[in-house]
Amino acid sequence: MNRRFCCFLGTISLLFLVPVMVKSQDVLKGSEVHGSMQADASYYLTDPKTGITDSTLAGKLIRMNAFTEVNYTLGNFTAGMRFEAYLPPQMGYDAEYNGVGVPYWYVNYKNDYIDVTAGNFYEQFGYGMILRTYQEWTLGYDNSLRGLRVKVMPAKGITFKGVYGVQRYYWDPYKDYNRGIVKGFDADFYLNDIFSSLNDAKVKLTLGGSFVSDYQQGTTKEIASGGKLLALTLPENVSNYGGRFNLNIGDFNWFTEYAHKINDPNESNKYIYKNGDGLFTNLSFSKPGLGISLMSKWIDNMSFKSDRSLTNNMLNINYLSAITKEHSYALASMYPYSTQPNGEVGLSGTVTLHFPKNSALGGKTGLSIAGNFSQVNGLKKTQVNDTTLIGQTGTLGYKSSFYGAGDEVYYQDANIEVTKKFGKKWKGIFTYLYQTYNKEIVEGHGSEDFGTIYSQIGIADVAWNITKKHTLRGEVQGLFTKQDNGNWVAGLIELTISPAWFVSVVDQYNYGNDIVSQRLNYYTVSAGYTNHTTRISFSYGRQREGIICVGGVCRNVPATTGLTLTVTSSF
Amino acid sequence: MMKKLNILLLLLLFSGTLLAQESVFNYKKLPSVKLKTVKGLPFTSDSIVNNGKPVIISFWATWCKPCVRELTTIADVYDDWVKETGVKLYAISVDDSRSMTLVAPMVNGKGWDYTVLLDPNSDFKRAMNVGPIPHTFLLNSKGQVVFQHTSFAEGDELNLIEMVRKLNRGEEIK
Repeated sequence: MNRRFCCFLGTISLLFLVPVMVKSQDVLKGSEVHGSMQADASYYLTDPKTGITDSTLAGKLIRMNAFTEVNYTLGNFTAGMRFEAYLPPQMGYDAEYNGVGVPYWYVNYKNDYIDVTAGNFYEQFGYGMILRTYQEWTLGYDNSLRGLRVKVMPAKGITFKGVYGVQRYYWDPYKDYNRGIVKGFDADFYLNDIFSSLNDAKVKLTLGGSFVSDYQQGTTKEIASGGKLLALTLPENVSNYGGRFNLNIGDFNWFTEYAHKINDPNESNKYIYKNGDGLFTNLSFSKPGLGISLMSKWIDNMSFKSDRSLTNNMLNINYLSAITKEHSYALASMYPYSTQPNGEVGLSGTVTLHFPKNSALGGKTGLSIAGNFSQVNGLKKTQVNDTTLIGQTGTLGYKSSFYGAGDEVYYQDANIEVTKKFGKKWKGIFTYLYQTYNKEIVEGHGSEDFGTIYSQIGIADVAWNITKKHTLRGEVQGLFTKQDNGNWVAGLIELTISPAWFVSVVDQYNYGNDIVSQRLNYYTVSAGYTNHTTRISFSYGRQREGIICVGGVCRNVPATTGLTLTVTSSF
Repeated sequence: MMKKLNILLLLLLFSGTLLAQESVFNYKKLPSVKLKTVKGLPFTSDSIVNNGKPVIISFWATWCKPCVRELTTIADVYDDWVKETGVKLYAISVDDSRSMTLVAPMVNGKGWDYTVLLDPNSDFKRAMNVGPIPHTFLLNSKGQVVFQHTSFAEGDELNLIEMVRKLNRGEEIK
């Protein structure tokens, strides 16, 4: 840690200390202190049935991830910081996180025309295909930029943004170009605000454009390919740019973003020199009682990181979100999809219907139905020339056409969800899903054994309001497949007592596993207490190996058995 | 040196947290953050007002089951709430690019009558120091936060409307 940073920390600490000591509210008018914290601590046990032995745990039975963030505002100024501790990181989080420190701090000034941030910041241009930095605590994901951000709002309806910085990579400090320097510019115009004649027009139009450039030192790289050692010349500056629009006419809304990335040979695309393209479009129509959304996405060679040699999901500059529906029930999310940055073509449609109470279909209590279908295929790739293999390192890689989908299905999901109240005290949500999951592609094992998994899933979720404050909720779930680990059933019983308590028991049983010794119960008993913004919960049990997704990012979690304590609070 | 500094810092932050308890929930003013309406139009959090009546702000996402449960439960009684107390609910969706475009169809599809705003990169969520969702804020007639609650259990909504009534009667929220 260098001297300047210590100085900065000292100043920030003082900023916090002073208002706390003098009870700022009276002395420094307009100042506020707020913050949040979370601690997740686990005590892990060995479990021969899931293969967790003393050597897996390596003596590190107690593990904790924790953070505290404090933000201080005085007039137009805000300063804040986040302290993080991983001692050591919980199972399933990258061991690189082991440590304590302050990975996030900033000072911000803003008024109606300008907004300047020095330090770390999270930013998104448009839909995010060109630039997005964000944090997901539960996934251990943070790609914040540290540097400078300036936003200028010269007139109503016009916003310019400029960013310049380096991204966070665990605890690894930036030095000597050990990762790229990211520069970006974004402009956004809301035409109805800019032109007074359009203020009240029925048609609302927003236009935007972004440009991002990443500088990585090193113009040459030697790489072994096809039994030969290739000396590659790399572009030190890689740019990614594009435009977007949002058109709104009454109940219709149409959003589109296009991005183009210049040649960016990297580990993810196996060092090919092809340009990248991305297009996302969404058309939606909605009015009370009816919502329809149609979206489509084309991604071709769009992995964009500030370290081209990485293959994990850190240091992403852009964000390639999946357009498939994100499920939250345990068995519905057993096979979740995540975008394949090297190429895919997908579409998704969702219809939501609501029949109000006292209508023919709604009955006395109303009825909601939501249906969704999505499919993602690979790209149709052809050879650049007769002597070059598809995807061959050091070449243009392959040829593809605009929206050219291949035959291979990466993922498909058809699902329907019905929500119905029965009288005043009972409510049910019933879901059916049919999923096709190309495990080989999505999980990237490249092993023929995985293949594609076809599963049918049924879920009944019923809640009974015993009294005004006591609710008992139960879930019954089943997943039926001939592939992978075979059939599963799951059950949940949860009692909530408003406003403070909950107790729940969950079990997932892999009764259909071909291997008899793997027909295991994954049970968890949890209890929690909430007071205002403070929540304390315990859980004890066995967790199955799986993939957790939040937003667009997924993380593999290993099987674990043990006791976990979670405390969250904010003020 | 670094370790010592970090420990000192941690102690400082925690002591700050504890001492600041006195002003808990007391946002005197909402931070000013750029949001979008479900039609993709600009909206600034300063404009979260309700003509001198109480305001409820609920952070949610389409993929968050307890959030949807909370908003569905309130939707059943929302008409009555508005008629009786004049309260207004702003539902702030933190859905990112993946599900942001599903927010309007879902809100309409479920027949919710709230003012729904989009916070796709969680800027407002961060500015309000919100961790896990659902997270609900109650604002008094001056736009000051007088109550916050995280998570949802059926019955919480009764507590919430009771506090709105108290605010309308000019009583303090403890």
